[in-house]
Amino acid sequence: MEALIHQIVAKYNYWLYIILMMIGLYAMIAKNNLIKKLVGMNIFQTAIILFYVSIGVKKGATIPILEEHGAGMGEHAVRVADYINPLPHVLMLTAIVVSVSTFGVALALAVKIYQQYKTLEEDEILMRLREK
Amino acid sequence: MSQHYPVLLVTVPLLSAFIISGLSWVKKSLCYPLALLALGTSVFCAIGLLLRVLDAGAVEYHLGGWVPPWGIAYRVDLLNGLVLVVVSSVAFVNLFATHKTVQKDFPEKMGIFYTLYVLFATGLMGITVTGDVFNLYVLLEIASLTAYALIALGKPDRAPLASLNYVFIGTIGACFYLLGIGYLYIMTGSLNMADIASLLPPIYHSKAVLVAFIFCMVGVLIKMGFFPLHVWLPNAYSCAPEPSSSLIAPLMTKVMVYVMIRLIFSVFLPDFSFHVLHIDHALVWLACLAIIMGSLLALAQKNIKRTLTYIIVSEIGYMVGGVWLGNRLGMSGAILHILNDAIMTLCLFLAVGNIAYRLKGLELQDLKGLFRKMPVTMAGFVAGGLSVIGIPPTCGFFSKWYLISGAIQAGQYGFMAALLFSSLVNVVLFFRIIEIAYFEPMESLHGAASGHGIRQEAPLSMLVPLLFVAISLVVVGIYSGTIVNHLIIPVLPKGIG
Amino acid sequence: MKRIGLLIVCLSGALLLYATQDFPRWGNPESPASTHVSPHYILKTMEETDVPNAVTSILADYRGYDTMFETTVIFAAGMSCFILLRVFKRKDEDRYYRHISTGITLRVKGEKAIPDRSNEFERIDTMWTPYDLIIKTVSRFLVPFIQIFALYVLAHGHESPGGGFQGGVIFGASFIVLAIAFDLRTALRRFKETINGLLSALGVFIYAGIGALCLLLGGNFLDYKGLAVIFPFDQAEARAYGILGVEIGVFIAVMAVMVSIYVTIASEGRHDEGL
Repeated sequence: MEALIHQIVAKYNYWLYIILMMIGLYAMIAKNNLIKKLVGMNIFQTAIILFYVSIGVKKGATIPILEEHGAGMGEHAVRVADYINPLPHVLMLTAIVVSVSTFGVALALAVKIYQQYKTLEEDEILMRLREK
Repeated sequence: MSQHYPVLLVTVPLLSAFIISGLSWVKKSLCYPLALLALGTSVFCAIGLLLRVLDAGAVEYHLGGWVPPWGIAYRVDLLNGLVLVVVSSVAFVNLFATHKTVQKDFPEKMGIFYTLYVLFATGLMGITVTGDVFNLYVLLEIASLTAYALIALGKPDRAPLASLNYVFIGTIGACFYLLGIGYLYIMTGSLNMADIASLLPPIYHSKAVLVAFIFCMVGVLIKMGFFPLHVWLPNAYSCAPEPSSSLIAPLMTKVMVYVMIRLIFSVFLPDFSFHVLHIDHALVWLACLAIIMGSLLALAQKNIKRTLTYIIVSEIGYMVGGVWLGNRLGMSGAILHILNDAIMTLCLFLAVGNIAYRLKGLELQDLKGLFRKMPVTMAGFVAGGLSVIGIPPTCGFFSKWYLISGAIQAGQYGFMAALLFSSLVNVVLFFRIIEIAYFEPMESLHGAASGHGIRQEAPLSMLVPLLFVAISLVVVGIYSGTIVNHLIIPVLPKGIG
Repeated sequence: MKRIGLLIVCLSGALLLYATQDFPRWGNPESPASTHVSPHYILKTMEETDVPNAVTSILADYRGYDTMFETTVIFAAGMSCFILLRVFKRKDEDRYYRHISTGITLRVKGEKAIPDRSNEFERIDTMWTPYDLIIKTVSRFLVPFIQIFALYVLAHGHESPGGGFQGGVIFGASFIVLAIAFDLRTALRRFKETINGLLSALGVFIYAGIGALCLLLGGNFLDYKGLAVIFPFDQAEARAYGILGVEIGVFIAVMAVMVSIYVTIASEGRHDEGL
C-alpha cells in the first residue's frame, strides 16, 4: 500500500490523465446520444494530448523559447535543463488539429443523420431502420 | 530525380489534390485528367522505386535534409516497395474504372470527390513509405478522414450512420496507436523506427514496453477489421457508394496488415514479438475464429455487397494468422496474400460496381439471369470468386498453399482446418451466386423484356479494367514463385524460424 | 452496452496504469524523453535555424513534413464537410422579410419576388433573433483589431508563442464573430464561398510548393537550404524565411477552412441562414 501511494504521488499526472481518458472512452462506448458520444471522443483525445504534453515537463524549467539569443556562437550559456522538452508540444499541435478535424467531420455527419431521422438517439434510429 | 522517388510518389498526388480542388471551382472538366496524371505518376515512381530496391537494397530518404532521429526519414525496403506498387496501381485502375459511375452519381461535386480520392491514396502511400511512427499516425488520420467522407456519400438513410460508427471506432483505434507510441516515447525518447528498435532491447522486459505493444497492436487490429473488432466494417463498406467502396475495401485493411508486419519487423523486433511475449498461439486461435465467423456470417447475407465485406473479414483472419504462425512459410503466405487479396477484392468490387451501374438493387434475387445480360462482368466476377476459393492457377491458391504449409510446419492444425473450412464455405457462397445468375430465368426488373437488346453490358471504360484485373489474377498466380523468392523471402528478418 | 463499455474501460485503464510503474519520475530531467533527441533541438535551434522559439523551429523545419500533412488534414476536413452537407438547389422554402419603415413581417412563399437587399424590405432569418445594437456596434469595432492581432501572432511566431495555426484560427474567428453578431449572409458577402475554397487550397499549396521548390533547387524535399540559392540569405536565415513562408501558407489555409466548416455546419449546407 505504501509503495502504491508512493507511485501515485510520484506520477500523479499520468494517473490523472489516464482516468480522464477512461471517462471519455466510456462515454464514447456506452452513451446513447450521438452528441454525447462526440463529446466523449473529444474528452478522450484531449486527455491524450494532456498526457503527452506532461511528458515534456522538467522541474524548474521554463518554456522552450531561448532567452539570450544572439549571444554569439560557440560557448553560450544555454543549458538544456533550463528549458522544457519542446518535442511533445510539437506532436500535440498536430494531434489538436487532427482532433478538431475529426470533430468537424463527425458533426457534419450528425447533422446529416438528424436531417434524415429528426432524432439523435441511437436506439431510436436503429428502431426506425429495422422497421423499414 | 530518381533519388527523389520516395517523396515524389507522395507529394505529386498531394499537390495535384490541391490543384484539383481549386479547379473544381473554376473549370470542372480538368479534374479527372489531372487525377489520372497524378496517380499515374505515383505508379511510375512506385515501380521505379521497387526496381531500385531490388538492385541496390533498402533506400533511405531524409526529409528536410535532417538526419534521423532529429528529422523524419523514409525507408523503403522490399516489403514497402511491393505494397506501394499494389496501392498505387489499385487506386489508379479504380479511378479509371469508376469515372462513369462518379459522373452519374455526383455530377456537381465531382471535383471535390476526386480531391478526397487522391488524398486517400496519398495517405495510404504515405503510411507505407514512412519510417517514423508519428508520421504514420498523421497519415493514418488523413486516410481515415477522407475515407469517412467518401463512405458517407452513399444512400442518405444508411451511409451517414455507418460512417459515424466508423468514425467512433476508427478514432478509438488511432488513439490507441497514439497512446502506444506515446509509451514508447516515454521509454526511449525517440520517434524513428530504426532508432526505437536499437533502444528497446535493454528494456524488453519492462511493463511499459509490453503495454505499448498491446495498445499499438489493438489499435492496428481495430483499423484492420479483425474479428471481434470488425463491427464497423460490414456496414461501412456495403453502404458506401460504389466508387468509394471499390477504392477503400481492397486497400485500407491491407495497409493496416502491412503496418502490423512493419511494427513486428522493424520496431518491436521479432525477438520481442515471438520470443519474449508468448501470445502467438493465442493470436492464431483468434485468427481461426475470425476466419470461421467471417465465412459463416458471409453465408447468412442476402446482399451481395455485404457478403463480400464478410469475406474481407475472413481474409484478414488469414493474414493475421499467417503472420503470427512465426515461421518463414507463414509469413511469406501472409505477405503474398496482401498482394493477392488486394487484387481479388478489387476484381470483385469492380464487378459489383458494374452490376450496380445497370441494375437497381443488389439483393441476391435481383441477380437472376445476369449471365445473359452482362456476360463479361460475370466472367470477371467468377474469376474473382475462383481466386477467393483458391483454385489454381489464380493467385488465391498459391497464398493459401503457403499459409497451409506454414500451419503444418508450425503444428497449428486448427489454423489449417479453418483455412480448408473457409474454402468450402466460399465454394458454397460463390456457386450459389453463379447458380442464381446463370440458371434462373431473367426478371423483368432488368428492363429489357424482349429478345432484342438482352445484352446490356456496362460501358467499355468499366469493362476493360475489370478484365485487366481478372487477367492479372492469373498472371500473378503463375509468377507467385518468382515473387516470393525475389521479393518476400529476402525481406524476412532473421528472428523468424 | 454499458456493461461491455465498463469492462473495456476498466481493462484498458488497469493496463495503462500498470505500465506507469516503469516510467521515470514526473519532471525528471534525466528521463530518456528529455535526454535523447530533444537537447539537440534546444542547443542548435539558434545556430541552425536562427529562430529562438524551439517549438516553431521543430514544427516548421525539423519535423516540417508532419506539419504539411497536418495542414492537409484540416484541408481534408473542410472538403469533407463541404461534400457531405452542401446543397446547391434551392428548395421552395418560405422567406421572411421585414418592411423597414413599419416593422411588419412578411412571409413570401416560393420564388424570389423581393430581392435580398432593397430599400424597403430586409431579409430576416427564420428563427427570430432580437436586434441588438450593442453587439453589432462592438463587434464592428473589434473585428479589425482581432485581425491585426492574428497577423501579429503569425509574424511573431519566431520569437514568442504563436505561429501559423494559432494566427489562422484567430483570423477565422473574426469572420465567425461577424457571422454571429450580424447574420450569416453579411459574413458571406464579405467572404464568398468561391474565394474561400480557392484560399484553402492555396494555403496548403504554398506549403507543399515551397517544399517542391527546395527539391528543384537541389536539396531534399522541404530542405530550406535550397532557398539560399535564389535569395540573398545565408544558410540559417534561409531556414528562418522558409519557416515564415510555410507558416503563411498554414495561416491562409487554416483561416479559410475554419470559416468554411462553420458556415457549412451552421447553415446545414444551404449557405443562407444559420445561428
